[in-house]
Amino acid sequence: MPWYVLSRLLQAVPVLLVVGFIAFALFAFVGDPVTIMLGQDHTEAQRQALVQHLGLDQPFVVRYARFLWAALHGDFGISYRLGRPVSELIATRLPATLELAIVASVLAIAVGVPMGVYTGIHPRAPLARLFMAASLAGVSLPTFLLGILLILAFSVGTGGWLPSFGRGPVVTVGGWWTTGLTSWAGLRALVLPSITLSLFQMTLIVRLVRTEMLEVLRSDYIRFARARGLADRTIHFRHALRNTLVPVITIIGLQFGGIVAFSLVTETVFQWPGMGLLLVQSVAAADIPVMSAYLMLIALVFVLINLVADLLYYAVDPRLRTAP
Amino acid sequence: MSAAPEDDGPTRGTPGRVTAVLGRVWDGDLAWRFRQAPLAMLAALAALVLVIGAAAAPVLAPHDPTDPASLSLLDSFRPPVGVAEADWSYPLGTDAQGRDVLSSILYGMRISLGVAAAAVLLAGAVGTGIGLVAGYVGGLIDTLLMRVADVQLTFPAILTALLVDGVVAAALPRGAREAWQIPVLVFAIGISLWPNFARTVRGSTLVERNKDYVAAARAIGAPGWRIMLRHILPNVLGPVMVIGTLGLGIAVLTEATLSFLGVGLPPTQPSLGTLIRFGNDYLFSGQWWVTIFPGLALVLLVLSINLLGDFLRDAVNPRLR
Repeated sequence: MPWYVLSRLLQAVPVLLVVGFIAFALFAFVGDPVTIMLGQDHTEAQRQALVQHLGLDQPFVVRYARFLWAALHGDFGISYRLGRPVSELIATRLPATLELAIVASVLAIAVGVPMGVYTGIHPRAPLARLFMAASLAGVSLPTFLLGILLILAFSVGTGGWLPSFGRGPVVTVGGWWTTGLTSWAGLRALVLPSITLSLFQMTLIVRLVRTEMLEVLRSDYIRFARARGLADRTIHFRHALRNTLVPVITIIGLQFGGIVAFSLVTETVFQWPGMGLLLVQSVAAADIPVMSAYLMLIALVFVLINLVADLLYYAVDPRLRTAP
Repeated sequence: MSAAPEDDGPTRGTPGRVTAVLGRVWDGDLAWRFRQAPLAMLAALAALVLVIGAAAAPVLAPHDPTDPASLSLLDSFRPPVGVAEADWSYPLGTDAQGRDVLSSILYGMRISLGVAAAAVLLAGAVGTGIGLVAGYVGGLIDTLLMRVADVQLTFPAILTALLVDGVVAAALPRGAREAWQIPVLVFAIGISLWPNFARTVRGSTLVERNKDYVAAARAIGAPGWRIMLRHILPNVLGPVMVIGTLGLGIAVLTEATLSFLGVGLPPTQPSLGTLIRFGNDYLFSGQWWVTIFPGLALVLLVLSINLLGDFLRDAVNPRLR
């Protein structure tokens, strides 16, 4: 076990170093911070002084090491667009994105798993066919269009049932974390964005659970359980569903990173003040520090999620433990 | 199983060659499966109609949305046919500047499909090349290339495309950004899709590499590049076609999403995504048709491409998932 964890950790390090290098290369080769900071009028001496002060006269490797060291301490530089530290910007936006992503994941699981189980048990039922047709449409429906349709239906069409933008009132918890979950208005603001964000994951989960259920229900131990005269409910939920959950949990875990990334579209549609909206605005304004910080942060998130998923596999599947 | 007809038949060069090739395609396995799949036929029909509509936009469109002289603000926000005060000269209504929505959709689809097709061609060329080299040469090069592909595949394509687009645009001088926006977008989407091709082609190449015909080619002294391009490539084109079709759907969606986010195409060359973004501003004032019709066109386009891709995947290789 320790060797397995260690080798997985060691594999993650080069990935992070490469992503860090790309992020640094953005800084080093794109844009000219000296001109941006000095403005149009400056003497050559001023320029040299600033170059020396920023350490830009140092060799490439030294600057890369400094960059990594600063990033490890949470220092990603200052946003060109907003003039504030990138770490501060991200810290204020992170809770909004994570809250939206978690609520959307819970929604996708709560609706997707039962739908998948139903379509797996009754593959020929009309309702199951309807679910499958809907899931195909769900894959082809772009996230932003779904958001617009939901706004049209529930914010415009019905005279403003649900808010179409923003988080509503938020409460600060523990100094920096903000949440909209405690108030009615905050919860209402979450409804449309979280449905929009969860639909793609939901279709994925429905299809996955259905395939797994169909597979498991054909296996011998299910046939044996039927021969024992167990009730259908017991067979379906205690025997079949349990065995389908292993791959489902892994995929849901791996997809959480995808949800965080996809939230940039949802956040733009609903003007949700999260990291995705920050990234889109930064890309439009060529704000390199924010882009490179986002790149490193998201790489870290993905590497961690992959690591946890691998470890979960290890914990769930005993066969891996004897493998070399 | 090879669905593509061989070029060097006995009819080569004769006038009947085209009909002969078409006849062989029609009698082939792929066409037979196609005739058994009504959903795929429907999707193909829809895709064909949309592609023709996009390609022939200047001929088919009732108005020219790119010509400011033909616009009149008096015609702004005409509702589509079926709503009161509608006008048959604007079947799907008009937008804020009095542009015909139907014509804008046809022109927009042209741009969407053009960008997506160019991006898929780029990704296909790069990915197939890398996959061939990785699979044929093997060793350290293979490990390195596939590691890069794996790392990139852990990120969603939309994120890669967004970041590449932003970085390349930032690297260009300010004045050149507008003019280079389409090539930059094609590059960004192409880069986000290459690993899909590379992985599949590498897998197929690993199988083909050990077959007798490759050994024979090597025995007569054919150089590596020739074996890869002339011998292995034609035999791995089936999966490439599948990935390409599915990739086209993803590319159309990615382009539309980026344009919707406002980082894709310039407003002077509106794609479907740009049209939806502009229409979005008028959602609350009741002009829903400016957004909804381009949206429907986009969904129909992506859905028909996806259905075709699914059909091809099952037909070319049932195990290719």
